[in-house]
Amino acid sequence: MNNEKQNHIINYLKKDLRFDGRKREDYRKIEVETGIFKTAEGSARVKIGDTEVLAGVKFEVGKPYPDTPEEGTLMVNSELIPMSSPKFESGPPSPESIELSRVVDRGIRESKAIDYKKMCIRPGELVYSLVVDIVPVNAAGNLFDAAALAVWLAIKDAKFPKLEGDKLKYKEPTKQKLPILTEPVSITVYKIANYYLVDPTPDEEEVMDARLTVALTEDGTICALQKGGEEPLSKAEIESMIGLASKKAKELRKYLR
Amino acid sequence: MSYKKRLDGRKFDELRSIEAKVGVVKNATGSAYFKIGNTMAYAAVYGPRDLFPRFLKDPKRGLLRCNYNMMPFSGMGERVRPGPSRRSKEISMVTEGALLPVVNLENFPNSVVDVYIELPQTDAGSRCAGICAASMALADAGIAMKDLVGAVSVGLVDGQIVLDLNYDEEAYDKGDVADIPMAYIPNMDKFSLLQMDGKVKPEDLIKALELAKKGALEILKVQRNALKHRFEVVKNE
Repeated sequence: MNNEKQNHIINYLKKDLRFDGRKREDYRKIEVETGIFKTAEGSARVKIGDTEVLAGVKFEVGKPYPDTPEEGTLMVNSELIPMSSPKFESGPPSPESIELSRVVDRGIRESKAIDYKKMCIRPGELVYSLVVDIVPVNAAGNLFDAAALAVWLAIKDAKFPKLEGDKLKYKEPTKQKLPILTEPVSITVYKIANYYLVDPTPDEEEVMDARLTVALTEDGTICALQKGGEEPLSKAEIESMIGLASKKAKELRKYLR
Repeated sequence: MSYKKRLDGRKFDELRSIEAKVGVVKNATGSAYFKIGNTMAYAAVYGPRDLFPRFLKDPKRGLLRCNYNMMPFSGMGERVRPGPSRRSKEISMVTEGALLPVVNLENFPNSVVDVYIELPQTDAGSRCAGICAASMALADAGIAMKDLVGAVSVGLVDGQIVLDLNYDEEAYDKGDVADIPMAYIPNMDKFSLLQMDGKVKPEDLIKALELAKKGALEILKVQRNALKHRFEVVKNE
C-alpha cells in the first residue's frame, strides 16, 4: 500500500474533504435507469460517479430446494469483466466477485423482500427461479452499493414471461411483476484512520482500514451485514458505522422511486 | 423467391438504425459503444501494456488479443451461462483476424493490446457489432491503424439478398436462409472477416458481398462521425 497516498487522504478527511471535493458523507452523482434491455426480463443501469453497473434478470423454471418445496428461488451472480477495470482478469470468478454477489444476494434474501411463495408453480415440483447478473461497465469504486441498487431496480423492473407447458416463452412477456414485500437498501461505510466515509473512490478503497456493508429494510431494520478490510472494529465503531449507513439509506431510497 | 417484404419492414438494402459513441469506459485506454437495431456492443481497449504470460512476448511485434463475451442476460431465450464457450472463443479468434490487417503490431513490440467486447443485448449480427465497436475503440485508444473496419452481415432469405439480418430473419422458417457476416477494410478494398452458413450460389455470394460493401461504407461513416464527435451520441438517420 502507498503510504504517501494514505497520508494525503487522511489529511483531507481530517478537514472533511476528499480529492474530488466531496465531504466524507457525500455520494457522487447517482443516476439510475431501468428497462434498458429487451433480452432481460428486468434490467437496470446505475451510475455512481464514474462507476457504472448493469444488472439483468432472467427467469428460469426448475425444481425447488427440498427444504422449501413451495418457494421460488433467487440467485445473484456477478461478472467482474476485464473490460471494466485493468484490475479484473478473465477466468473463473475471483473471491472478490463471489463476495460481491453473495453480499448483494443476502441483502435481498434476508430482507424477505420477495414473496417466494408466490413464485411456486407446483409445490415440490416446479417453481420460478430468478437469476440476476451484475456486470460492471466501468468499475471506479463502490461496486457494493452500485450493484445492490442495480440488482434491486432490475428485480422491480422484471416481468414474468409467459409459461406454457412448463416452459417459459421468453418472447412473450406478461404484465405480471414480482411479488414485492419490502424494499432493501444497502450502504457500505468505509473507515480510514478514525474517519467514516461512504462511496469511496478506487484510491480510498485501496487505503481503507475496514468497511461495513449494511442492508436495511424500509422500517430501518438491519437485514444483512458484511465486514471487510484488515482492521477489526470495536462495538462503538460498529455503532457509528451503522448509524451513518441508516442515515444514508434513507437518502438513497429516493432512487427506488 | 417469395420473400417479398422484410419482416421488420426495411428495404432489402437497408441497415437497422445505428447508434455509436466513443469514450464509454473511463478506465480503458479507448472504448466504444455500437448499437445496430437491438444488438448492442461495448468494446474497451487496454494497452499497449506489458504482456503476460511472458513466453508470448515477441521483440518484433505486439500481440492483439480479442475477447468476445455475451452478458448472461443478453440472449433472446434462456440465460447465457457465463464464461467462455466454443462459440465465443471462435468469435474472439475471427474478430482478431478481422482487425489484425489494420493494426500496426510493429509499433508495440513485447506488448499486448487487449480488446474486450461485451454484449448486453443481442438480436443477430453480434460479432459484426463487436468488430465495429472494437475498431472504434482501437482508434479511440490512439493505436496506429491503417483504417477503420466496418462489419455487417448480409444474407439470402428465401432467395432474396438482404442486408443486416435480424434474429427473426435468421430464424425464418418458410424458406432457406444463408447468413454471411463479413468485415470490410475500405482503403484496401478487402474483406477481413468472411463466414457463412446456409446455402448460396457463387454468383449470389458475389452480389451479396457487393451489397455488404455498401452497408459497411454506411457504417464506416457513422463510426468516423462518432470518433469526430467524442462524447456525443451519433445516429445514422
